[in-house]
Amino acid sequence: MNHSESVDCTVKPPVFLQIGDAKGDSARSGVCVVDDLATDINIEKITFKNYYTAYVTIRLLRRKAEKEGSAKWCTALRDLALMDNPHTEGGSQNYFSIHRRQMQVEPDHVESLRLILRQPSSAWRLFNLEEIRLFPHKEPAPEKEVSDWLSNLIVVKQPPDLEGLPDPQTVSSSIQQMWALTEVMQANRTTASIGRFDVDGCYDINLLSLT
Amino acid sequence: MEDGTDLSPSIAQIVQRLRGSHLHSQLERQAKDCLHRPEIKLESLKEDVRAFLKASGWEKRLQNAVYRELHVQLPQCHPTTPAEHLKEPLAYMRKAQASWEKRVLKSLNSMSTELGVPLARMRPAGEQKDLTNKWNEMGTDEPDLSRFRPVYAPKDFLEVLISLRNPNHDSSEDMTVKSHWGLIQVPLNVRDIPQLRQAYSELNLNNGQLGIDDHAHVHPDLFENSYVQIGKKVVVEQDSAAAQQYSRRGCPTGLRSDLWALTLNSTNQPQDVMHYEQLKAGVIQHDLLVDYLIYKDVKLTASNDDYYFVFEDFLYQVMLCFSRDTAVLEHFKYNSATPPKSYIHGKVGNEEFAVLYPPNGVIPFHGFSMYVAPLCFLYNEPSKLYSVFRMMYIRYFFRLHSISSSPSGIVALCLQFERLLQAHLPQLFYHLRQIGAQPLRIAFKWMVRAFSGYLSTDQLLLLWDRILGYDSLEVVAVLAAAVFAFRAENLMEVASLASAEAVLADLSTLKVMPLIQIFLFATAI
Repeated sequence: MNHSESVDCTVKPPVFLQIGDAKGDSARSGVCVVDDLATDINIEKITFKNYYTAYVTIRLLRRKAEKEGSAKWCTALRDLALMDNPHTEGGSQNYFSIHRRQMQVEPDHVESLRLILRQPSSAWRLFNLEEIRLFPHKEPAPEKEVSDWLSNLIVVKQPPDLEGLPDPQTVSSSIQQMWALTEVMQANRTTASIGRFDVDGCYDINLLSLT
Repeated sequence: MEDGTDLSPSIAQIVQRLRGSHLHSQLERQAKDCLHRPEIKLESLKEDVRAFLKASGWEKRLQNAVYRELHVQLPQCHPTTPAEHLKEPLAYMRKAQASWEKRVLKSLNSMSTELGVPLARMRPAGEQKDLTNKWNEMGTDEPDLSRFRPVYAPKDFLEVLISLRNPNHDSSEDMTVKSHWGLIQVPLNVRDIPQLRQAYSELNLNNGQLGIDDHAHVHPDLFENSYVQIGKKVVVEQDSAAAQQYSRRGCPTGLRSDLWALTLNSTNQPQDVMHYEQLKAGVIQHDLLVDYLIYKDVKLTASNDDYYFVFEDFLYQVMLCFSRDTAVLEHFKYNSATPPKSYIHGKVGNEEFAVLYPPNGVIPFHGFSMYVAPLCFLYNEPSKLYSVFRMMYIRYFFRLHSISSSPSGIVALCLQFERLLQAHLPQLFYHLRQIGAQPLRIAFKWMVRAFSGYLSTDQLLLLWDRILGYDSLEVVAVLAAAVFAFRAENLMEVASLASAEAVLADLSTLKVMPLIQIFLFATAI
């Protein structure tokens, strides 16, 4: 899915939660909240790149379609494990996507998205999610109806009298066969390489490139 | 995380890779030829052709090919994942690998300029003819190799691994209860003994093993005879998955070459032989600087080894052709390493004249030929030997000399070795650490070569059976820890790194399977 399809949203900077007095507490927080503001979208999927977050919970602020002004928070996904083991590297920098089907509620008319990140291990200095993108849900396009004017086409004229020329039916069928062959060849394109390592028989090289 | 377990992208990927391959055209030809057969009816054409292909063994061959593809397939991941992430997900490891590669390339460049030997040179016609005549006895040729030195040795690589650090990892320098005593300071997930016991359950004390229960004093009817019968059946069935499962308890000597070829799905059909001949032509046509590195490596390692010196000529034939094989380049999709690039003379910067050097992208290091040497005991036909070696390299051996977070990668193996030792032999580890003999400094050279050249050949092949059977190099780390456990008493008495090395200098009398079995299943935890 190309990035141009994702919705622009403003991601607020992450807020790390502390118990008690926030300042002066030397212990690092294991919970972080990231708010993502969107304007009334239906979410198809959320993609992001992990950076050492162990678990993520997604909460949505949804507005009911009929009533204006009453928006409610609900939990779409609770404690999705991004890392197999919070203390070790597995999954720590992977790319993830969460589809609407994986969510417990329908992510429609979402005004705001809240990601609660947890990293219980003290092994890491920072944890966050990067490149958070929201993709809107598209309704499947309705069947296009055939326009009326198409049915008012001109009737095909009688084929002209051919003398000495080959029968157009056989010509067109053989051309169709050839066309079908080229389609088959194109579809059967192999990924195997030829195996040549030189350029036109020449392999005199300079020094190795260091960039 | 994709929604559900969607297999269609995997299937599409495998189909794409198999399409246009020789197997594909053979299947099509077989399907076409079988139309003449009386049992194929037009009404049930599809089912009849399928049944025919199944009965004649072609479906099995396709299954084996798919099984092979699954082994080298990239893990399923998010579609927006960039290619570099597929090679190696952790950014700091990619960076470390890139700077290590730069060092190696600089070293190769300076060797080329200092010695005045070009990186690649077209051989004149006379020299080409000479080499063709001498192809089977390249060992007798004694070029002047004194000026050449290996590009790097395993201990240089070890220093790089020791200096690997995750910038986001908070590792305080104090010795706390969770600190790691070893040299590798990267928090990869490695398995401990309880997890290994589950994963390697076939190596349990209750199961018969080749390497233990085929000893002279054990009556063959107790285990060996029936096990060999099963092995013969597996070879007749020609099933890759069964061969892999069978290898977990060892391969009988007489069946090993077939079983390994089956597990790796390495065939020796005419097109493989032709491919090998094409590579040979590449060797004859161009002379590469890496060829001298290969000569030097073989002379320094395999030729000096009591078991492998007889295969010197084979080693040249395989290694020189390996350097010319562009088919190896496909493994760089899942290897954290990148093949070195260069440009044709006078066309620097012009991408049309960009080439990779060497053609297979792999620069050999000191000891590289030891990956090939043990295989010479199994295969005497060069094209078959070559085919099996190439498969072993692109599945396993490449992980032993590139920096990656893979559980079979050398970083994870080193960490696993150290963790196993620290958890189960803490007194020994502490003692060795105090006398300045960090265990990894001794064990690293064994693991980088997967013990080739350190164990006796029959024991080494039993170890490599398990590597193939479990599709993982973990057993190498387990064996390294088991060796230390075995020699623990002697090691507790040494007072220096040199004497620790002396205690562990000779492993040729060790029996690997009892060591591994005792370490995994008889260690108190």
